[in-house]
Amino acid sequence: MSLNSKYQAIVIGTSAGGLAALMGILRQLPADYSLPIMIVQHRFRDQKNLLEEVLQNKCEIEIRQVDEKERIESGIIYIAPPDYHLLIESDRTFSLSSDPFVSFSRPSIDVLFESAASVYGRSLVGILLTGANKDGAAGLNAIRKAGGLTIAQSPADAEYPYMPQAAIDAGAARLVLKLSEIQTEMLEQFSLR
Amino acid sequence: MDFDNNAFKELLDSIRFVYGYDFTDYAEASVKRRINNFMTVNNIAEIDQLGKMILKDEKMFEEFIQQISVTVTEMFRDPPFYKSIRENVVKRLATYPIIKVWIAGCATGEEVYSFAILLKEEGLLSRTLIYATDINQKSLQIAKEGMYPLENMKQYTANYQKAGGTRAFSEYYTAKYSSVLFDKSLKQNIVFAPHNLAVDKSFNEFQLVVCRNVLIYFNQKLQNHVINLFYDSLCPFGFFGMGNKESLLFSDNKPCFEDVDRKQKIFIKAK
Repeated sequence: MSLNSKYQAIVIGTSAGGLAALMGILRQLPADYSLPIMIVQHRFRDQKNLLEEVLQNKCEIEIRQVDEKERIESGIIYIAPPDYHLLIESDRTFSLSSDPFVSFSRPSIDVLFESAASVYGRSLVGILLTGANKDGAAGLNAIRKAGGLTIAQSPADAEYPYMPQAAIDAGAARLVLKLSEIQTEMLEQFSLR
Repeated sequence: MDFDNNAFKELLDSIRFVYGYDFTDYAEASVKRRINNFMTVNNIAEIDQLGKMILKDEKMFEEFIQQISVTVTEMFRDPPFYKSIRENVVKRLATYPIIKVWIAGCATGEEVYSFAILLKEEGLLSRTLIYATDINQKSLQIAKEGMYPLENMKQYTANYQKAGGTRAFSEYYTAKYSSVLFDKSLKQNIVFAPHNLAVDKSFNEFQLVVCRNVLIYFNQKLQNHVINLFYDSLCPFGFFGMGNKESLLFSDNKPCFEDVDRKQKIFIKAK
C-alpha cells in the first residue's frame, strides 16, 4: 500500500440489485488494487459460496469470503459470509458475530460500517449501493462522522433506490454518484499506485 | 461507537477485578458494539460514567452482564451439521453404555433441544446425559423453560427436515397463544448449569462436545485456551463440533484432532 494514500480501505454495502451493481464497479479493478475492499451484500444463508463464485468469474481481483480472524490485506475483496455479521478489529483483522439481526439483516451493513469507521476513521471510503431496506444508512453516517468519505449511489441510477435514498435523507452521503462515476473514482481517486 | 480505548480496557479490567467476569480476551469489536448498545438504551453518554455505575450498583451490573453476554441461536441451525452428526457420529456414540454430551455456550437452548430430538430419534436419548452450559443466567433460564416463539417454528421445521428429521416437527411441542413449549420428556436428561468458558474448568469427561458460534467472540489466546479445555474434557476418540466459520487454526491441540466432516466442522480426538 502506498504510504501517501489518503485512504486505507473501502467498505461497500448493498442489498437487492446488488450483484449486478457490484459486478459493474468491481470487474475493472486490477488484481493488484492497492486497497482492501470489504463488502456486505444481503444474501440467502443457504447459498454458501455462490456470490463469491459468480463475482470471481467476472473479476480479475481476488474475491474471498471472510474467515474468522483473517488479516486484512490490500488487493483482495472480502465478502461477509452468509448468516454472520462482519466486524473489523483494531489490529486490522476480521471478526464474525452471531448477534441478532440488525435491520432484518445478518450480515448487516450497519455493523460492518460502524466497526470499520471506528478503526479506520478518516481513511475509510464507504459506498452504499442499490437496496430495498434502510440497512447501511446509520453505518454510512458513522463513517461520515468519523471523517471518512461517504458515497451513495444516485437513487435514479439504482435498481432499488430505497437504500441509498435512506442514507441521503439521513445526511450520511457526502457524494451522490452514478455507478459509472463510482467506478471511475475507485480506479482513479482512492487508490494511489 | 467511538470510545476511548484505554477507558474501554480499564472498564474490562475493573469488571474482572470486582465481579470476576473476564472479557479481556474477547474479540473487541463485538464487545464494544454490545457495550455501545447498552449505553444507548440506558442513556449513558460516557464509558467512564458506565464504569462508575456498574461498579457501584450490583443490580445494574447484572443487567449489563446479561445484555453483553447474550447470544442468539436457533433450532437445527445449519441443518447439514446435524445431518452429518446423524450420519457420522451417532453410530459411534451408540457404542457407549452411557453417553455424555456437553453443549457449551448453549445460549437460550435451541441447539440443546435440537440434540435431544436427534438423539431421541436415534434411540439414544434415554442413556444420554446432556450438560448444557452458558455464562448468561437469563439465557439459561429460557433454555430450562424450553419455551419459544411460535413464529419461529416454520423456520425450525424447515431446518429439522433439512437436517434429516422425518417426523412431524410439531410432535415435539405444544403451542399456546404465541409460544410453544417443548416436550418435557426431552429435557429429562438435560442438566442446565452456568459455566464461564473464560475462567471455569472442565467438570466431566464427554463423548461429544459441541460449541458453536461462541469461539468467534474470543481472541486467539482465549480460543486456544477453550479448545484445550474441550480437549481435556473429551474421552479418547470423543467428538467435537464447532460453528460453520470456526476453526482449530489457533489451537496448540490442532494436531490432536482429526476431521470427521471437515466441511461441517466435526472432529474426533485422535490422540
